[in-house]
Amino acid sequence: MIKSAKNKFSTYSSSAAYIFLAPALSAIFVFFFIPVIAAFIISFTDFDIYALGDFSTVRWVGFSNYFKLFDDPLFWQALQNTFYFVIVTGPVSIAVSLTAALLLNSKLVKFKAIFRASYFMPVVTTLVAVAIVWRFIYHPKFGIMNYLLSLISISPIDWLGDPLWAMPAIMLMSVWKNFGYNMIIFIAGLQNIPEDLYEAADIEGASAWNQFRFITLPMLAPTTVFVSIITMIGYFQLFAEPYIMTQGGPLNKTLSIVQYMYQEGFRWWNMGYSAAIAFVLFFIIFVGTLIQFKLQKSDNT
Amino acid sequence: MNIKKILLYIFIGLTSILTLVPFIWMLSASFMADGKASVFPPIFFPDEFVFSQYETLFVRLSMARTFLNSLLLSFSVTVISLFFNSMAGFAFAKYRFIGKKKLFNLLLSSMIIPSQVTMLPLFLMLKSIGLINTYMAIIIPGLANIFGIFLIRQYILAIPDSLIEAAKIDGATDFQIYRKIILPLAIPILVTLAIFTFLGTWNDFLWPLIALTDDSMYTLPVALANLMGEHTKDPELMMAGSVLTIIPVIIVFLVLQKYYIKGIMMGSVKE
Repeated sequence: MIKSAKNKFSTYSSSAAYIFLAPALSAIFVFFFIPVIAAFIISFTDFDIYALGDFSTVRWVGFSNYFKLFDDPLFWQALQNTFYFVIVTGPVSIAVSLTAALLLNSKLVKFKAIFRASYFMPVVTTLVAVAIVWRFIYHPKFGIMNYLLSLISISPIDWLGDPLWAMPAIMLMSVWKNFGYNMIIFIAGLQNIPEDLYEAADIEGASAWNQFRFITLPMLAPTTVFVSIITMIGYFQLFAEPYIMTQGGPLNKTLSIVQYMYQEGFRWWNMGYSAAIAFVLFFIIFVGTLIQFKLQKSDNT
Repeated sequence: MNIKKILLYIFIGLTSILTLVPFIWMLSASFMADGKASVFPPIFFPDEFVFSQYETLFVRLSMARTFLNSLLLSFSVTVISLFFNSMAGFAFAKYRFIGKKKLFNLLLSSMIIPSQVTMLPLFLMLKSIGLINTYMAIIIPGLANIFGIFLIRQYILAIPDSLIEAAKIDGATDFQIYRKIILPLAIPILVTLAIFTFLGTWNDFLWPLIALTDDSMYTLPVALANLMGEHTKDPELMMAGSVLTIIPVIIVFLVLQKYYIKGIMMGSVKE
């Protein structure tokens, strides 16, 4: 009796809970969980264009799709490109986000809303549309990028046509597109740091740099881990930028994992192979997340 | 004003403008006649304003239909998923039932699975029931989403139980409680989630590229990507298409940015 009084509203209506959960959970189950499991199974078959017409031609092939990936130079290229993209763009994005957050959090600055809105604008805009804009910004003859560089007398670069520059060009565009999002999360993190820590540091005569190093950075650590994880997960899924700006070229130097998965699965209908690529991507993201959690834990102890 | 403050303003001002340069150029080029944007040095204001690019989009390329597809799909997905997610969020926040914690943790941890993993089977599934290249192909995977459920649950947790109990004593049914008490109190988070979902669906590219196979069904990003293939040398036309695509999201953002930004901050709060 006492127990049920304490549990209040919650105890006597669990059937209602199931009814409230049913629509969302069945949708997620049927259109998310089942496809995940199905994709896993498909990755062990030779599902291809013939199977699309007649499911009975599908054969179980064990790990051979995964073995094939291991020997596929194009897959290694896609893997290498994607890692290159994530490893450079991730930290650069986060550094830019943090800098922007510190600027906007400064007490000296007014009209914050206007500056915040302009920094944030690229985040909300459609990726495909801005990728098209940047394609023209990188135009070797008429593009703004080469114009700006010409002002400091740097000779024109064929950004998207040069195997060396195509990926950095995509990286720069991605930092521009995404830094505003993490900036907002960092601003929230900065506002949670107790003011008296800085006051105490001021009294002790700590320099601005030392305050940043010994107060701001450690206090922001949980935010930074969160931001690193979501940024990494997002960047491993690189697709639209190369699809629009370079089609994976030149010389496959910007081909990404997701783009390769898309090509194999939906252009050549090698769905078994494509599913294996998708699972490698999942595995990479999973391991990446684990590593970042572990790093955070060891930092704390 | 000290020197530090002035430098700070100059830096913030310059970087803000630099961030907006691509948009300024896009807008300006979209009002230029053919070939006028391909000049060196680039110009950020058209010599004469022409609307011919927009005319081409609407008259020759029937982008009005594409625009309506995007609008209709983003709107439907937003409304339906808001309904589904809010019910589930309410159940997770205020009810006790067997397996609740396990179920919730399972959902949360599966947020790490990239959606690309589901796309092949989802395509086969929808193809076998004839839904590829229909509006349903976009609506179905968007019916509910885990992040939305999580966000709403966080918010509803803060609504006091006493309100619900009082209504219960007055004889309200569970659905009435959801409808008359929870939903009105949760409006701020519902607005936030509505913006997220609307923008997410509007901007989505990979899945619509896979699931919509016919010009007349395309959403704006897919149509734009397709157009890019044929008009690589027409920056003016492509910029008009880009403006058309991003104007609605910029309006939504500017009007409702308070909710949007609060949502990002809430989503980043750890349990």
